[in-house]
Amino acid sequence: MIEIKYIAPEIFLSISIFSLLSIGVFIKKSFNIIYRLSSLVIFLLLLITLSGNFETTKIFNDSIVVDNFSTFMKSLILVSSFFILAMSKKYLTDIKNDKFEYPIIILLSILGMFIMVGANDLIVFYLGLELQSLALYILAAIDRDNSKSSEAGIKYFVLSALSSGILLYGCSLLYGFSGSTNFELILANTDSVNAGTIFAMVFILVGLAFKVSAVPFHMWTPDVYEGAPTSVTSFFSVVPKIAGLAVFIKFMYIPFHAIIDQWQYILVFISIASMLLGAVAAIGQNNIKRLIAYSSIGHIGYAIAGMAAGTENGFRNTILYITIYAVMNIGAFAFIFSMKRGQKYIEEISELSGASKNHPLMCFGLLIILFSLAGIPPLAGFFAKFYIFMSVIESGMFALAVIGLVTTVVSAFYYIRIVKIMYFDDSKKPFENFKDTGIQGSLILSCILLISFFLYPSILNDVISNISIF
Amino acid sequence: MNFPILSSITFIPLIGAFFIFLTKEEKNEKNKGAIYVSIFTSFVNFFITLFLWSSFDKTTYDFQFVEEFFWISGFIKFKFGIDGISILFILLTAFITPIAIISCINSVKVRLKEFLIAILVLETFMIGVFCSLDLVIFYLFFEAGLIPMFLIIGIWGGPRKVYSAFKFFLFTLLGSVLMLVAVITIYWITGTTDVNEIYQVKIPTEYQYLLWLAFFSSFAVKLPMWPVHTWLPDAHVEAPTAGSVILAAILLKMGGYGFLRFSVGMFPVASEYFVPLVFTLSVIAIIYTSLVALMQEDMKKLIAYSSVAHMGFVTLGIFTFNKQGIEGSMIQMISHGLISAALFLSVGVLYDRMHSRLINSYGGIANILPKYSFILMVFVLAALGLPGTSGFVGEFLVLVGAFKINFLVAILASTGVLLSAAYMLWLYKRVVFGKIEKNDLKKMKDINTSEFAILFTLGALIIFFGFYPEPFLETIHVSVDNLISNYNSEINKNFAFK
Repeated sequence: MIEIKYIAPEIFLSISIFSLLSIGVFIKKSFNIIYRLSSLVIFLLLLITLSGNFETTKIFNDSIVVDNFSTFMKSLILVSSFFILAMSKKYLTDIKNDKFEYPIIILLSILGMFIMVGANDLIVFYLGLELQSLALYILAAIDRDNSKSSEAGIKYFVLSALSSGILLYGCSLLYGFSGSTNFELILANTDSVNAGTIFAMVFILVGLAFKVSAVPFHMWTPDVYEGAPTSVTSFFSVVPKIAGLAVFIKFMYIPFHAIIDQWQYILVFISIASMLLGAVAAIGQNNIKRLIAYSSIGHIGYAIAGMAAGTENGFRNTILYITIYAVMNIGAFAFIFSMKRGQKYIEEISELSGASKNHPLMCFGLLIILFSLAGIPPLAGFFAKFYIFMSVIESGMFALAVIGLVTTVVSAFYYIRIVKIMYFDDSKKPFENFKDTGIQGSLILSCILLISFFLYPSILNDVISNISIF
Repeated sequence: MNFPILSSITFIPLIGAFFIFLTKEEKNEKNKGAIYVSIFTSFVNFFITLFLWSSFDKTTYDFQFVEEFFWISGFIKFKFGIDGISILFILLTAFITPIAIISCINSVKVRLKEFLIAILVLETFMIGVFCSLDLVIFYLFFEAGLIPMFLIIGIWGGPRKVYSAFKFFLFTLLGSVLMLVAVITIYWITGTTDVNEIYQVKIPTEYQYLLWLAFFSSFAVKLPMWPVHTWLPDAHVEAPTAGSVILAAILLKMGGYGFLRFSVGMFPVASEYFVPLVFTLSVIAIIYTSLVALMQEDMKKLIAYSSVAHMGFVTLGIFTFNKQGIEGSMIQMISHGLISAALFLSVGVLYDRMHSRLINSYGGIANILPKYSFILMVFVLAALGLPGTSGFVGEFLVLVGAFKINFLVAILASTGVLLSAAYMLWLYKRVVFGKIEKNDLKKMKDINTSEFAILFTLGALIIFFGFYPEPFLETIHVSVDNLISNYNSEINKNFAFK
């Protein structure tokens, strides 16, 4: 029974979800109160997660592990979700999608991610993954009167279910060839290279690459990002990626650590392909959500490059990358949430034309975020890339480093294209001026973090260098 | 060493920019607060730099005013320090910035506040480049300068500003990312990014060649060298006057500084190996771009091409590896900083009045702008390297250095001096002499006091250093000697090893 306390966050979350659901059913027009309560739940959850122990503890017959890796990833998931919830309230009300289920589904997906990130066993992992995915399918289609949103939901569901199937097949192969579902035992049983394990690795890798939208399993991303309501897109582009990368790291470094030679080059390929596609395909986009979709594909490429290094520093730098990526993306979406003219939210980049004259501060914020996404020093995005390529070069993969850095130049092109449209072009009608603490607060906070990161970059490093999953 | 003087000159402009950011902008009225703050900050910075120069110890080649503290624990130290090579560039930066600011107050019509912020932020990054003694910190400042310059060209530039700003940004970024790979590789090889430690540790010869090329790609674009110079004319033509001044006077010098501090200092063997490449490119730059300059119809473009040619002398001088060559290229960089700034300002003076940069829309302005024409003559003569101006000292020393090494290269480079005389004098003739054939020219007013003050200061300095370059030379002697002796000992070791 003593083990129960280690899953206190998950238990608290489940209880909250059910009680919120009951409140929502019985009180009419309960969107506002449920929304606030959900944010509160996330906040409390963060406190509970952080107050837990940081010693590596395995519970329930070693099927769940609580260590500083999972604690960090969970906190990151919670903080990002908190800000995304805070930003999207106004948007949901404006598009008349203020259903009380929305925040509850988000909480459900967070529960799934918690289980996923904490899993140390194939079955537990798959349980979490499915819970998370099911919640995400509903989220993508939540604007059910909008055909684009429904389309996005269906697309995501079909493709994601397929990839889950492939992943599950990989899991069963892995069980068949190693005789266990426990990650450590799998590692212990795969001392020699055998074809079955490699097949299993490839299948699982395909499934995971789909979840984090890495090339060549990225096709769904732009359509789903564009079709889903912006609030959902902002959630999709950050939170599931954090969770997805967390399990990606876990799989590669625990059960498949023995066959590192086998997966390393697959990851190098995925990484290079994602970076290239993310850089090139985004150039022609005029829809800012599609552009963010391609840019996130590119960023996942950089994150995977860190993992491909195959060292402990490598995956730490991946974690660092995804952390900074989350900060930048939340800031970018805070800006997108404030692109509203009349009753409509605007998604075309060309509509930003000359916006800096009417909204100097907001556009300055986006400028910082864009240069940071492009990886220009002294902004935080540079450090993220810098650390990634540190570990890549440490492993002697010069080609990967050079290709990666050259793609940053290509991707810089479309980031600064937005700057050009905002700053150099003639101005159009201003956007609606509104005050929303969530949106503006997130934008300002994100910019301050990105600018001031260079003053003392060690902060994040010190935390992350303690993370170990072995 | 108590007071962090280098950090203060680096970050004072940033603080000034922050205060400008706080000032309120009234519609249809000049933002006086922003102007005063920017002028005050840049002058304070200049005076602190003068103080720095006066307390600089010229007898040692060690790094002085060193500041260091931990930045990323156990990995990168934040390290600042200067020696004879860097102090002159810092001085130049701190001197040119107030000039650029004063010159832009009247000519920048829109968003003056943001412009001043951009220039001050840029000053921080530029001084940071010359102060930093850690490769990562250096890279940080080196790249960060792209953001304000991109905005300066793009927001306040001419008709083709977008194209030019993008070209500038992407060219320089592409060059620099390769340098980033090299920086990380150096850390991987030596375990440090501290420049001074790398000097001691020495990088193994087999790595030097590729690393040298990676650094070269960055500095060659920045300097710029032929054939990657094409961004420069575009950027210059479209940039506002103050932007061109800073670009020509300081940003280009980062490339030359980088060659001296990093390429030659850290990779002596590779530097020696690549001498033929550098010489070829330099000679092509000198002759080819001079010929191109001859045919330009846009004054700014002409000066931009002449900058490329002058930078050819700089690379030529650095890679002779003798005292005359290196000191000559240092002087050439400083003097080009003054002269090109002065020339761009002079073009700016005409442009503010007539809104044209084409040579053939002027002619005979000596009759209406006598003061201006006189001062312009000083700059034109300095640009073509007339004895008695600072332009001569640099080119002469470089050529002396080159003659010691390679006769053919020196002869070819000397033709560049002739060609520069041709295009500069022809420019002067077409703009200044002759009859006034265009009536609208007659309305032009001669330069006002603030323009005169700026141009006069620059002209006086150019002539002063033409006659008496000793204050500069004695600052750099010891450091250059040290650089050369380190280089020679490494080369000899490598030779003996073979």
